[in-house]
Amino acid sequence: MSQIEEVSVDQFKHLVSERAIRGETMLLNMGPQHPSTHGVLRVLLELDGETIVNCIPDIGYLHTGVEKNMEAKTFQKAEVMTDRLDYMNPLGNNLSYVLAVEKLVDLDVPARAQAIRVILVELQRIASHMVWLGAFGLDLAAMSMFLYCFRERERILDIFELVSGQRMMTTYIRPGGVWRDVPVEFDKAVREFVQMFHKRVDEYERLLTRNPIFIDRLVGIGYLTVETALQYGVTGPNLRASGSDWDLRKARPYMGYEQYDFNIPTRPEGDTYARYIVRIEELRESLKIIEQALNKMPLGPVNSDNRKFVPPPRAEIGVSMEALIHHFKLWTEGFPAPKNSVYSAVESPRGELGMYLEGDGGPKPYRIHLRTPSFDNLAVLPEIVKGHLVADLVAILASIDIVLGDIDR
Amino acid sequence: MDKRLDPIVKDLQEKFSATLTEFREEAHLFVTAEQVVSALTLLRDTHKFELLSALTASDYYPQTTPRFHVIYQLSSVSKNLTLQVRVPVNAASLKVPTAAHVYKVANWREREVFDMFGIVFEGHPDPRRILMPEDTEGHPLRKDYPLGYEEPQFTFNFDEIRVVKPAPKE
Repeated sequence: MSQIEEVSVDQFKHLVSERAIRGETMLLNMGPQHPSTHGVLRVLLELDGETIVNCIPDIGYLHTGVEKNMEAKTFQKAEVMTDRLDYMNPLGNNLSYVLAVEKLVDLDVPARAQAIRVILVELQRIASHMVWLGAFGLDLAAMSMFLYCFRERERILDIFELVSGQRMMTTYIRPGGVWRDVPVEFDKAVREFVQMFHKRVDEYERLLTRNPIFIDRLVGIGYLTVETALQYGVTGPNLRASGSDWDLRKARPYMGYEQYDFNIPTRPEGDTYARYIVRIEELRESLKIIEQALNKMPLGPVNSDNRKFVPPPRAEIGVSMEALIHHFKLWTEGFPAPKNSVYSAVESPRGELGMYLEGDGGPKPYRIHLRTPSFDNLAVLPEIVKGHLVADLVAILASIDIVLGDIDR
Repeated sequence: MDKRLDPIVKDLQEKFSATLTEFREEAHLFVTAEQVVSALTLLRDTHKFELLSALTASDYYPQTTPRFHVIYQLSSVSKNLTLQVRVPVNAASLKVPTAAHVYKVANWREREVFDMFGIVFEGHPDPRRILMPEDTEGHPLRKDYPLGYEEPQFTFNFDEIRVVKPAPKE
């Protein structure tokens, strides 16, 4: 494996300017091991002095063939792979996948499970934004932000551990409901977190929002218009920071989002600073949703009672022959899905997380495509960094919040 | 299917003689490869489908006509509608005109479809692989591409696996 392959500039000649071919501008690799590329991303830069003329992202270093692997597993087992896509948003990925499965097999979810899902996914959104904010601060040399943000994220991961036994790869949301009901300590733990976090968001804002160095680095950098964003398929906070109020939670409500009262934060500026503000505001909106969902969390079952899709509770297996058969069939064979396809999308912390799921009458997905938001959000990068300095690229890359596991799949 | 989609579907059916299938409130429109760029342009400009949410493909091997479907999932941000356009591709031709100038997002997504399925997008501005290494042979998401699964070595197949997969030399 010590073979070194020489790459000539001819390969990229349609992507770089004439001047690079003549050797007037410099081609520079940023990554794949560069700390501020947030994972394993290589960006090939064409530089004129310190100004970026062209930028060619090179992805695929974390490609694990998730889509192919999922095709070989039953619907229940394939869910485990979704945890590992976007490791900042495992519960959101679970939800997106599970919604696609439920849509494909036409399965209803009880109200309590919906409320639990909403609370957990919103907590996950906060946790994801915390990692983003920490890394964003770190990239802009605000070291302490990273420590504060991870302190809060740790509290959220504790809640996930409480409900699912796992801090990150939870697989807690299952087709037809959730794995099991939340423990009695859940309500108190979430309320304590929400109460504490309101103050913490204010603290972050005091540290950063009016910080002159922070503003100097961000305002007017990486300008993205709504039209460009939509052309490149950019969704989520990046799109909303450009002025659009497109949010799937409002536009196509799922899991009962229509019953919660929350706003969609938008900013008209479309620069790096606006993306920061939108995400900070989203933290507050998520807290609102969590509080409302906790206050009106209905009682009742957390799993659908359709035994063809959801395994029966443990206690029932001992006394009912039918339950035993269902349990056996579901875990050995899985449940069949119709020979057709669905597309379902949720609003992940990074944008539209869509799943194209196709069944073939058998218990395995015939084809699954994961429409991951980071992929498209990164594709717009060459467009918005042109003419900026290398140091600005770091800020822009951090502000569009990419997760390489999400891009490469 | 959403009622507001009716005139749009009708328009496409008249202009491109597209066929419509429905499943779980979703509309899937089938058009041919030659028509897809004009259909997408019409949907983007006249019917305000500004966002190409997903672009992917599906392989129906061993069936060869059509072996693939290229799938365009469109969203309208202003009207809040979704529509799926599907293009059947035969194994013999494997060519679809590029939509990269209609939706810029199609640039990377088409590279991915090419990488994974080997469907060539004609006129693509940057036709390289995107996820797999440049020197990869084959296209992994095709159904005739093996998963690369390594069989565990048990007593009953111990020798067989040793023959196929010899231990690395010291």
